[in-house]
Amino acid sequence: MNEKEILLEVRHLHKDYGNGPVLKDISLEVHKGEVVVIIGPSGCGKSTLLRCMNGLEPIQSGEILLDGKVITDSKTKWSEIRQKIGMVFQSYDLFPHMTVMDNILLGPMKAQGRAKKEVTQEAETLLSRVGLLEKRDAYPRQLSGGQKQRVAIVRALIMKPEIMLFDEVTAALDPEMVREVLDVMLELAREGSTMMIVTHEMQFARAVADRIVFLDEGLIAESDTPENFFTQPRTDRAKRFLNTFIFTK
Amino acid sequence: MQDLGIRVLFMGNNFARLLQGLWVAFRIALIAVAFSMILGIFLGILMTWKNPVARVLTRFYLEFIRIMPQLVLLFLVFFGLTKAFGINLSGETSAIIVFTFWGTAEMGDLVRGALISIPKHQYESGEALGLEKMQVYRYIIIPQTLRRLIPLAINLTTRMIKTTSLIVLIGVVEVLKTGQQIIEANRYTVPDSALWIYGTIFFLYFLVCWPISLLASRLEKKWKN
Amino acid sequence: MDTQFIAKYIPLYVEAAKLTLRLGLLGILFSMIVGLACSLIQYYRIPVLRRVVAVYIELSRNTPLLVQLFFLYFGLPKLNIRLSSEACALIGLGFLGGSYMAESFRSGLESIDKIQEESGLSVGLTHIQVMRYVILPQALSVSIPGICANMIFLIKETSVFSVVALPDLMYVAKDLIGLYYKTDEALLILVIAYLVLLLPISIAASLLERRLRYAGFGN
Repeated sequence: MNEKEILLEVRHLHKDYGNGPVLKDISLEVHKGEVVVIIGPSGCGKSTLLRCMNGLEPIQSGEILLDGKVITDSKTKWSEIRQKIGMVFQSYDLFPHMTVMDNILLGPMKAQGRAKKEVTQEAETLLSRVGLLEKRDAYPRQLSGGQKQRVAIVRALIMKPEIMLFDEVTAALDPEMVREVLDVMLELAREGSTMMIVTHEMQFARAVADRIVFLDEGLIAESDTPENFFTQPRTDRAKRFLNTFIFTK
Repeated sequence: MQDLGIRVLFMGNNFARLLQGLWVAFRIALIAVAFSMILGIFLGILMTWKNPVARVLTRFYLEFIRIMPQLVLLFLVFFGLTKAFGINLSGETSAIIVFTFWGTAEMGDLVRGALISIPKHQYESGEALGLEKMQVYRYIIIPQTLRRLIPLAINLTTRMIKTTSLIVLIGVVEVLKTGQQIIEANRYTVPDSALWIYGTIFFLYFLVCWPISLLASRLEKKWKN
Repeated sequence: MDTQFIAKYIPLYVEAAKLTLRLGLLGILFSMIVGLACSLIQYYRIPVLRRVVAVYIELSRNTPLLVQLFFLYFGLPKLNIRLSSEACALIGLGFLGGSYMAESFRSGLESIDKIQEESGLSVGLTHIQVMRYVILPQALSVSIPGICANMIFLIKETSVFSVVALPDLMYVAKDLIGLYYKTDEALLILVIAYLVLLLPISIAASLLERRLRYAGFGN
């Protein structure tokens, strides 16, 4: 992995909402084709980290680089950067007043100025890959939670992003719908997409990740292969955290 | 002299006369609001009845009053009633009648809205606690209804005060008319008095209505939960 | 009831109704532009301007249109600002209606979840594009009942336009009462004229509101 080029880099990132630091001195590299899964207790700053990478949160110090270029200075045109960094959120964030197809087409047509015909074909291909082609003219309220999240993934993918960020995309789903969304993400990983995933699904994390980053109280406490992290965590915090997921009789 | 026009306010008892004029309109608003609150509560309760006759009648009353500009209603009573029954109503009496009719309709609708906004389970859980029907109303329904109602009723008061400015158009000598008289009387000595007089009236209305509006929105925020 | 009198003077009312409708609709348009601008200033919390908007809204909501018109029509000429009757009427209605429309737009904008803005941004749209394609269409469907109510309110408010010497419906009615003592006839046509103007709008508004309330997108 390490020989591959670095796609995204975070250097000494500090983030503060004004009532104490949320992220303290985060440094992180994501290589091309790598799947990094961020886990940690609630409130540790996982989601904030992803949101900083997409310019949704201002940062206090440090920098973020995409393809070796700093994207956190004041000159950054975030609308251009965000076309290269796809993001899917926890809550169903589809636009309720648009059909599935219009949801998907909005970005490519308005932000990238691509032709409707061309993107429609692409959208149809992506929709059929996630098994939702027949829902192309449905409105979001006619879809289940799992279906909405799959559409949200397609909506991000159609921009042909260099990296995808997933912010607890299954956390708000009914349990029986989690699988269909995770399967789509596993498939993307298998194809070599670069991804950063925040999740509470430990088995999934282990299966999909090339590297696990354990975040605790705004710091990276551990960064390791899933095998090492889940079988022999080095810090006490990580051990305790993993224990909360094990149920014994 | 442009900058001395303001002195018209301090000549003689001009400012006091303006305040007196404002009080004429304000008094009508207060009387109409007082009647409207009482009658509106009855109307609101009547409107929640299932009786079809009561429904149609109250609905018709409400819709007619609400769709007509208040000035048309004033004309109907001031010119129409006088002619139809041969009674000579003063402008002030006509205004009180009209604004009571209008305020009762508005208040009735507010009361109805507040009553139907109390979910049914509030009545049921009150009774489940072993309270009697009167006690359910006394301790559960009425306090909740009032919290919704009071800010809206206060807002109705500011609307009433603003709307009673119309009475100048049926010949009541109120603040605008008094202003006109002052302007006429000083036409040669203070030629630009109209600017100051009407500007003053504008701010007088603001100073009366603004605190009441503030109170309403404070209470609304406080009782929102 | 003097039917001949009614037949003779109906054209006067029709002309007056046209004036009311024309000024009313223009005033509504004006109000909506002012209201949308104010609500966007508040939504984006633009410094300084939002204070100005806050002051304007309080002034507009706590003073009667009649008093505003007296000031515009009789007061301002003393500052050598001379406005025509129609200009006064439109400015007055826009000044009054702008704050009411701003409240309706604001409640619509506030009802849209923040995540909608973020997900619009995340597909690479600019802030203006997010407003135009994502937030406004949704906010408008929430605001429509309020906007309709304001429209009816503003058309009713035009009934004071006679004080700035505009020959509107009230003006005609008062003229006929004063000149010919045909009170019953004059008032009857007056009421009918306002019903003809306002009932269709009121019915359309309540139908629209019912549709919006019981159906969302995709129902």
